[in-house]
Amino acid sequence: MAYQPHHNWTPQAQKEILKQARTGGVLLSGMSNNKPYPIYWDKMLLNASQVTNPSIDPLREPMEIRTYLGRKPAKLEFHADGSLKTKLEPQVQLETPILFSAMSFGSISLNAQKSLAMAAKKLGTLFNTGEGGLHPALAEYKDCAVVQVASGRFGVHKEYLENSRFIEIKIGQGAKPGIGGHLPGEKVTVEVSHARMIPEGSDAISPAPHHDIYSIEDLRQLIWSLKEVTQYKKPVAVKIAAVHNCSAIVSGVARAGADIIVMDGFRGGTGAAPTRIRDNVGIPIELALAAVDQRLREECIRNSVSLVVSGSFRNSADIVKAIALGADAVSIATAPLIAMGCHMCQQCHTGKCNWGIATQRPELVSRLDPEKMHLRVVNLVQAWNHEIKEMLGGMGLNSIDSLRGNRLMLRGVGLRERELEILGIAHAGQ
Amino acid sequence: MTLIAGKRTFRELNADIRTALETQNTVCVESVNGQRYIGSGLDAGKSIVLHGTPGNDMGAYLNGGKIEVFGNGQEAIGNTMNGGEIVVHGHVGDTLGYAMRDGAVFVEKRAGSRAGIHMKEFRQMQPVVVIGGVVGAFLGEYMAGGTLVVLGLGNPQNLPLVGAHCATGMHGGRIFLRGAFSQENISENIAVRELTVDDRAELERHVKTYCAYFGADEAEILDVPFHKLEPLTARPYANLYTPN
Repeated sequence: MAYQPHHNWTPQAQKEILKQARTGGVLLSGMSNNKPYPIYWDKMLLNASQVTNPSIDPLREPMEIRTYLGRKPAKLEFHADGSLKTKLEPQVQLETPILFSAMSFGSISLNAQKSLAMAAKKLGTLFNTGEGGLHPALAEYKDCAVVQVASGRFGVHKEYLENSRFIEIKIGQGAKPGIGGHLPGEKVTVEVSHARMIPEGSDAISPAPHHDIYSIEDLRQLIWSLKEVTQYKKPVAVKIAAVHNCSAIVSGVARAGADIIVMDGFRGGTGAAPTRIRDNVGIPIELALAAVDQRLREECIRNSVSLVVSGSFRNSADIVKAIALGADAVSIATAPLIAMGCHMCQQCHTGKCNWGIATQRPELVSRLDPEKMHLRVVNLVQAWNHEIKEMLGGMGLNSIDSLRGNRLMLRGVGLRERELEILGIAHAGQ
Repeated sequence: MTLIAGKRTFRELNADIRTALETQNTVCVESVNGQRYIGSGLDAGKSIVLHGTPGNDMGAYLNGGKIEVFGNGQEAIGNTMNGGEIVVHGHVGDTLGYAMRDGAVFVEKRAGSRAGIHMKEFRQMQPVVVIGGVVGAFLGEYMAGGTLVVLGLGNPQNLPLVGAHCATGMHGGRIFLRGAFSQENISENIAVRELTVDDRAELERHVKTYCAYFGADEAEILDVPFHKLEPLTARPYANLYTPN
């Protein structure tokens, strides 16, 4: 029987109730928040130069989008001969301010992860193993790998930590703040079990709380244990979800010794999250980023940490706006997956992905050819790089460093006073 | 070679230990005063002997090496340990052997709370933790593999053998408990069973090693009945979710 139309009790609302009445289960969804909350990127506009301080043509002038992640010193000192006296903490050089977000082998297929690894290598950027370990087939991409350490410590050992450009401690994720990872045993195939170093078919449970971390001091201990074991050669990042009190949290994390902080907004994607959490927990990355950048500046520690944000960057303009709000770089996941074929059916958790992305079934995985698909991802990011350069040139800037935290380049449209105040931007026309 | 830790920072001390281990296989450190991360990532064939009180995260990511402590340990010993051996002639603090995957830890006396959380196993990698005294709350929480042994020796205050919420969320591995324990401290998802012949053989092997390190009486330890805790199901959360 068809559902009767009702403004409040939509067919979706009724279907979900029936599912839960039948199974008693927690509703599980894939991808990202699917509710019509405000998208602040669409309420901010970029500046461009006219007449004075003319715009720059990226086709004939060099435009710098190279990005360095890592702790920066408060000041630089030089020897008499001009060489640098200050000892720099390890820095990660990227040829674009765009990284790929954490997606584990398990949540996505090896072919999908390999496509990202190959693209990262060509683009001079990084992919992220999530907490699924580093599969031996990807060992040759170790210089483009971010390796994750989460509460379950799957696949984490000395060599794994050394085979990376930087190490990321996962505290939270935008799609499910306060909720951990749970890879069901059905997805733990022989290959997945190898990378995670757990028995085949066993559940991989990684609860949200790290049960050895109950304070900033405990987090500090984990950060420094990772620095010690890699002999201070690797920056250590901490990833959190954007939540109500994120500026105070980020301040604590920066003081705990994180070199990079990754903050994931409430539109961040996932292979599986409880529907209610996905759609109702966390805050927009735009507001979180503005608040965090402001707080770190006020506390004079903005230089001590690089800020990478994620959570649904749909195009290069979103990225330029994020950098103007204060991000050092952004990480993207859904966009490259769409480049590889994802149709946003939001059924990742079923493991039946037609496109060979969010599945471990060999017949589906083989549909995704990394040799071809990585080129589509490369194309996408190269196109975005070029667009970023054009927008920078339009603003009369020739370096992305001149845009970082440069909120004068942004104006709000249709935003209330309070929202403008949090974003730290003026309204269009001002 | 002997190093003196004294009041040196952990970074200096650990750098010196690493340098010393480049040319030799064993380093002894005297008067250790809470320096953290000693022996982190120590490789197979290398060993460190410590006198005093090493700080948190001793033997973190231990990679086959051996650490022996003459004194008490602090928190997070053997964090994410991947192989090797840790022997502590004394008590240890909280989160012992967090997420350890292989190797063995022998603690002569008591351990704090959250010991053996997220312990796991993988093929031939079978981690073991033996605690001579009693242990605090949340023993073996989310345990996914390996073996935990609690002997409850030397307990003049008559503390419970295991603290509250023992084995919450456990979905793999086994816990051997010696003597009586309060059932209310054991999580609901756990079966308390008699030891099989294989279990007994494994237990005796670990007790033998414990006695060899700490001079305890093997027969006296094994004379008291043991019980085994194991998960009722390997998939405690298999029916938690429904696809939307």
